[in-house]
Amino acid sequence: MTEHHEEVDDATGTKTTGHEWDGLKELDTPAPRWWLIVWMVTIVFAIGYWVVYPAWPTISGHTGGLFGWTQYEKLKVDQAQIATRQGEYRRKFHASSFEQVAGDPQLFEFARAGGSVVFKENCAACHGAGGEGRKGYPNLNDDDWLFGGDIHQIYHTIEVGSRSTHADTHMAMMPAFGAILKRQEIDDLATYVGSMNATQPPSVAWVNGQVLFQANCVSCHGATGEGNRELGAPRLNDAIWLYGGDHETLVETITRARAGVMPTWQHRLAPDDQRMVAVYVHSLGGGE
Amino acid sequence: MLESHKKLERNSIWLLIFTVVAVSIGGLVEIVPLFRMETTIEPVKGVRPLTPLELAGQDIYIREGCNTCHSQQIRPLRDEIQRYGHYSLAAESMYDHPFVWGSERTGPDLARVGGKYSNMWHLEHLKNPRSVVPESIMPNYSLLATRPVRTWDIADKMKALAAVGVPYTKAHIANAAIDMQIQTLPDEDPTGLQERYGPKVVPQDYGSGDLGSPTEADALIAYLQQLGTQVDFTTYDPDYELKKAPAK
Repeated sequence: MTEHHEEVDDATGTKTTGHEWDGLKELDTPAPRWWLIVWMVTIVFAIGYWVVYPAWPTISGHTGGLFGWTQYEKLKVDQAQIATRQGEYRRKFHASSFEQVAGDPQLFEFARAGGSVVFKENCAACHGAGGEGRKGYPNLNDDDWLFGGDIHQIYHTIEVGSRSTHADTHMAMMPAFGAILKRQEIDDLATYVGSMNATQPPSVAWVNGQVLFQANCVSCHGATGEGNRELGAPRLNDAIWLYGGDHETLVETITRARAGVMPTWQHRLAPDDQRMVAVYVHSLGGGE
Repeated sequence: MLESHKKLERNSIWLLIFTVVAVSIGGLVEIVPLFRMETTIEPVKGVRPLTPLELAGQDIYIREGCNTCHSQQIRPLRDEIQRYGHYSLAAESMYDHPFVWGSERTGPDLARVGGKYSNMWHLEHLKNPRSVVPESIMPNYSLLATRPVRTWDIADKMKALAAVGVPYTKAHIANAAIDMQIQTLPDEDPTGLQERYGPKVVPQDYGSGDLGSPTEADALIAYLQQLGTQVDFTTYDPDYELKKAPAK
């Protein structure tokens, strides 16, 4: 580094920094004036910001700002805003029974739309985006209901869940027949359950299965396999299967039993949100 | 001023001392308020240290880098609360070492995922996310369901956490391995486990592996199922808001 002295570059007319490295000199071009002004304005703005908004840390927290702005107050305002916007319908929905909602097309649409949003965020992961279900997770579009497809029953199921942590949860428990029946018996039983509606006994296995069914299954699933919603026992004499109606799956189901879990939504969703989901699910096509 | 600064720059000892002083000021200004602000030190009822099984699950969560795509912090913004539930409290991660707040949401936030899905759903989802969420881009973690969870170092890990302030007592540490097992045995008496970790911890079948010998998937699911469930928000009363509310 050489001694500092003012020097002007001949070619550009700009001052140099006065440094020289092996004959190379550096121009000291000033920042553009507009840039400098913007920069200074931002500094002034920052000072204003410190005064108006919470900014500097202090020993016991931070400076509060002129208007006491906090994220939490902002949140309250935002939530109040949406509450006012929906308020009229929300209040009406809150005060209406399911029957009244069904009778008021505008209110019904409001509930259905709200329910569909809640459904997509909370229910779709298991029941599918359109409520179509998948293996182990019931289809909500059909008219097969484990615990009832009446809107009040749907609401109750949403509230308490199935085999959930809720004290009043649906608690259907099929025993695992692998420990009760022999392999051959389970095989016969599966043959019968897979084609209960056969008018002519198609095989010996089927007849044996029918006997076993009458001895072991009718107390929950009913004499003709019509199911029992009080117990949450699925209907077996239709073509709708939660885990699959093919022979192999039926053998597995009978041997090990199934116990799908639906969580309780009582504390996760607001009561009116649960009711909206009930309206939505009920409207999907299978509602009774 | 510049002349004396020149002295400072040319003497390595002074430079070192003043550098330390300057950095300390920055550190103090940033860190001290955190230890005193109401929102960060507010004690909240219900927050408990993780059970041994959940703790092992958190280790797997960190090992697999879940926090690079999933955040665990619901911000106090209307749309986030609408989707995920009550905003996260500082107290809810007070026993996390390290915390796993994350900063990216390639996948959804998980701060309140506990209790949202069944154990079976989690297992299917870990093995192959697309089997339950067709549009998911999450990788498969089917390996977790085949590997037994590591039990031999869990007590030591709890001892280490106790040293940095997590309230694990001698009883917690002594029973670590057995508690880990009990949490996956729904038919065993959970009294000891619940005495130590609270009545909300219910032994259950987490889905993979045999009961009593949990896999890594079981541990991870146990960890996920408690996320955001410790604080009861029906009774939670944010007292800092009352104290700090500006008089208008």
